Amino acid sequence: MSLTKTELLELYKYLRLTRTLEDWIYTICVHQDPKQPLIIGKGYLSTGQEAVSVGAAYTLEKGDWLAQSHRDFGALLVRGMTVDELLAQYFSKAASPTKGRDANVHLGNTSKHVLGFISHMGAMMPVANGIAWGAKCRKNPTVVLAFFGDGASSQGVVHEAMNYAAVFKLSVVFICNNNRWAISTPVKEQFTIENIADRAAGYGMPGAVCDGNNVVEVFETVKKAVDRARKGEGPSLVECKTMRMTGHGTHDMAKYVPEDELEHWKKRDPIQNMENYLKEKKFADDAYFKKVVADMKKEVEEATEKAKQMPGPKVENESRDVYAP
Amino acid sequence: MPREIWYADAIREALSQEMRRDDAVYVFGEDVAAYGGVFGITKDLLAEFGPVRVRNTPLSEAAIIGEAIGAAIYGLRPVPEIQFADFLTTAVSPIVDIAASYHYRIGTPVPITIRAPSGGALRIGHFHSKCLEAWFTHVPGLKVVVPATAYDAKGLLVASIRDNNPVIYFEQKKLYREIKDDVPDELYTVPLGKAVVRREGKDITLITYGSPLYLAYQAAKQLEKKGIGLEIIDLRTLQPYDRETILTSFKKTNRAIILHEAPKIGGFGAEIASMIVEESFDQLAAPIVRIGAKQTPIPTNPVLEDNYLPSLKDVIDAAERLMQY
Ligand SMILES: Cc1ncc(C[n+]2csc(CCOP(=O)(O)OP(=O)(O)O)c2C)c(N)n1
Ligand SMILES: [Mg+2]
Repeated sequence: MSLTKTELLELYKYLRLTRTLEDWIYTICVHQDPKQPLIIGKGYLSTGQEAVSVGAAYTLEKGDWLAQSHRDFGALLVRGMTVDELLAQYFSKAASPTKGRDANVHLGNTSKHVLGFISHMGAMMPVANGIAWGAKCRKNPTVVLAFFGDGASSQGVVHEAMNYAAVFKLSVVFICNNNRWAISTPVKEQFTIENIADRAAGYGMPGAVCDGNNVVEVFETVKKAVDRARKGEGPSLVECKTMRMTGHGTHDMAKYVPEDELEHWKKRDPIQNMENYLKEKKFADDAYFKKVVADMKKEVEEATEKAKQMPGPKVENESRDVYAP
Repeated sequence: MPREIWYADAIREALSQEMRRDDAVYVFGEDVAAYGGVFGITKDLLAEFGPVRVRNTPLSEAAIIGEAIGAAIYGLRPVPEIQFADFLTTAVSPIVDIAASYHYRIGTPVPITIRAPSGGALRIGHFHSKCLEAWFTHVPGLKVVVPATAYDAKGLLVASIRDNNPVIYFEQKKLYREIKDDVPDELYTVPLGKAVVRREGKDITLITYGSPLYLAYQAAKQLEKKGIGLEIIDLRTLQPYDRETILTSFKKTNRAIILHEAPKIGGFGAEIASMIVEESFDQLAAPIVRIGAKQTPIPTNPVLEDNYLPSLKDVIDAAERLMQY
């Protein structure tokens, strides 16, 4: 199946929205008064790798689930989380998805089928299996996308989860966003193989590699795996090759990343790629892109004003909800 | 020659000087080499000691601790860094199951020192703020160290490295560049298992460790004005801990407060309180008060986190209450 014009334009909008939102978060983080911060903590951005998150999540259907990593705002937006919600989360407001208790990328939203991310890298992979098992028991054709980074791929629990998913033929698609760095550690210090996807053979599942900066290619590769999972044929591992174009967080200047590596990847910017593709297809032109950018900026700025006005969490409610009623 | 240096630099100095002295000592962990660790504690060690003794690892805490145990059995003195103490949870099995019991069962010492930045108040939430020391004091065979001053940070780290047992060294990340005190430039040790009386006072013994020491100092000053003399004991090592210093002080004051940042229930304060009651029941003039964090996960939001953490008011109130007996 190939994507329609409407779908391609929608994908483009999600890429742009993610970029605009995260550029905004970056701007706030570096300019805010540290004594009166609007954003609590640091920003963790997906700049330059948005296509992985957006392209993969775009394959999902309504009942499907997401176990996102810390650079998956794109997927969260595709799943219907709003800019308001994500900013309220960054601003740690009472009405944020974590009620102002947690901040930034540590969030979840069960009604939107988004699992609650924790910092411990890869920790949610087995939990994704649990969702898939639940769906299997209930005979629902649900697929779960489970995202992890090149760094997280070295956690034992990630290997355990993939083997386990294969044993029980769970409908999980494991997506490795290989952005070449885990904080300051380059992939060549993390593993000796070329492709993390090659490990799939060891678990007994299909493995595929795709260009993580080409949203259409990400979509098509993941879609195959998702279709297979939905048919009950079990899990797959998809590795998306991309590059972390920012520091690990907004505090990290990433001086350890060689200039030429950044230069190489700058030329492969996923949004630029998509614009070229849409132009080639004659689906859009520069005027269209300009308008999308302006619209997104407006949306993000309006959401910021709205989120700023929201009340913060109250200490009276602090001890609530530690236990379920 | 002593000179004032930061708590963080005292740790680094202990590492580099001890590495110079003993070629069995080496450091490894996530981002510790060229980057110098996310807190800069291992900065410049790579340049001096080279890539065999200062090594980045994949993102694999369980494998890091496993290596440390094996290398120690082989005869080295590994000093792994766990990027945040919170991530120790992914390596609990090798610490608790192998390292802690190895000498008892097999007869071979396991001299490892696990450096783990610990503690909150930095607005970085539940996955980057926990105080896990009490978990590990429950495991016979482990030693647990929590330095509160730059002087102790250096001396206790050197003592930990030279100790023939597995030591978890919970450095207080809040103090890294907040606390400066006199540190000799030569090597010295602060013996494990020895507490210190930081301040003399006649009325109440306050027992603490780690960063709340500074809260205790503040409280002591205010209480002084109200005519209440607070004697402050800094435990420095929790396992083994110094009963004698505690009991000697308690025999004088007959009143005790135990203050720590970890949640109160099941915290190390429970051990101290019971020990005092067991050993000095007839000296009790008042109940023993424990002060710790609230019984919730650690919120990121500053308003909530401040309310979560033990406060100056908690200490003052407790002291005034004890003086009514
Ligand atoms: C178990 C565990 N250890 C250490 C960390 C600290 N840490 C946070 S992100 C990170 C690197 C993650 O790299 P990767 O998985 O490649 O994701 P990326 O940040 O590149 O998207 C590390 C070491 C952590 N979060 N969890
Ligand atoms: Mg990475």
